[in-house]
Amino acid sequence: MTAFAWRSAVASAVLAAGVMAGVFAGASVAAKEAQPLADDPALEQRAMNLAQELRCLVCQNQTIADSNADLANDLRNQIRTMLKQGATDAQVRDYMTARYGDFVLYQPPVKSTTLLLWFGPALLLGGGAIALVVAVRRRRLLPDEDPASADEERRAIELLERQEEGRS
Amino acid sequence: MARFLIPLVAFLLLVGFLARGLWLDPREVPSPLIDKPAPTFQLARLDDPSQSISRQDLLGKVWLLNVWASWCVACREEHPLMVEFAKTGIVPIYGLDYKDTRDAGLQWLGRLGNPYAASLVDADGKVGIDFGVYGVPETFLIDKAGVVRYKQIGPMTPEVLERTIVPLVRRLNG
Repeated sequence: MTAFAWRSAVASAVLAAGVMAGVFAGASVAAKEAQPLADDPALEQRAMNLAQELRCLVCQNQTIADSNADLANDLRNQIRTMLKQGATDAQVRDYMTARYGDFVLYQPPVKSTTLLLWFGPALLLGGGAIALVVAVRRRRLLPDEDPASADEERRAIELLERQEEGRS
Repeated sequence: MARFLIPLVAFLLLVGFLARGLWLDPREVPSPLIDKPAPTFQLARLDDPSQSISRQDLLGKVWLLNVWASWCVACREEHPLMVEFAKTGIVPIYGLDYKDTRDAGLQWLGRLGNPYAASLVDADGKVGIDFGVYGVPETFLIDKAGVVRYKQIGPMTPEVLERTIVPLVRRLNG
């Protein structure tokens, strides 16, 4: 083994050890963050359900339940604390929207500013259906653009008659 | 004519919405705190833990609340601007040292300069949550009645200071 190869083998072993250490460190951090309330699984379930419908503002397409962001962890703990103190689900949601706005709710409330959000798709679908019906109706009422000439009609009848004869 | 015009108008409308969406920054979530009373707080000063500052103490003056932390990279980027702006004396800047340790915070200010009339220690981030902080640095402008008037998410820029903050401070000071 050349000196160079030996060195690179050592380097990769060190690197692998480093990666493993990182993985284990990560795992232990995750375990700390996901610490469930063993003493009250029902409360923990409620907290997680709430966390799943709240958006994490640090990494916006994740819920507070999914995100590993520091803030998401703090907010999960905040939800637990509030539930322990007897807050209702609605109170927790109000607490979050008072601070971060309706944007944190994955299911925004129906109000004047969100009407288009809620009913826009249905409106578009309805509009499309109406346009389709109108277009089809109109096409049906249109006169045939290229009517058969007298000659063509005579030939068509001839063909049909011949077919009839052949069948009988 | 209408046959062609209606789809064209619909298409242009869609393009308009999409173009607008393209230029919006999804990270800038409008704060529900604007024009609402700032959350109450009472926190120890960074330089002197035996003293604390509360929301009530700051009533009667217009002030900036700059949320920062020694671990925050964007804060370092923003900091020289805050130091410069503090020198103008247009409006006092109070710092909120967010989820930081006292030592690290003091060291950071010692190294990079201290633009703050005072910094408050929010070690567990509770006051940060009350202010709806989600991306440090953030800056709030709070008026004499303790009402939040403006919120900047992310690093302060010279443009925002010049065009928004300074005129607003002048107006609020009457």
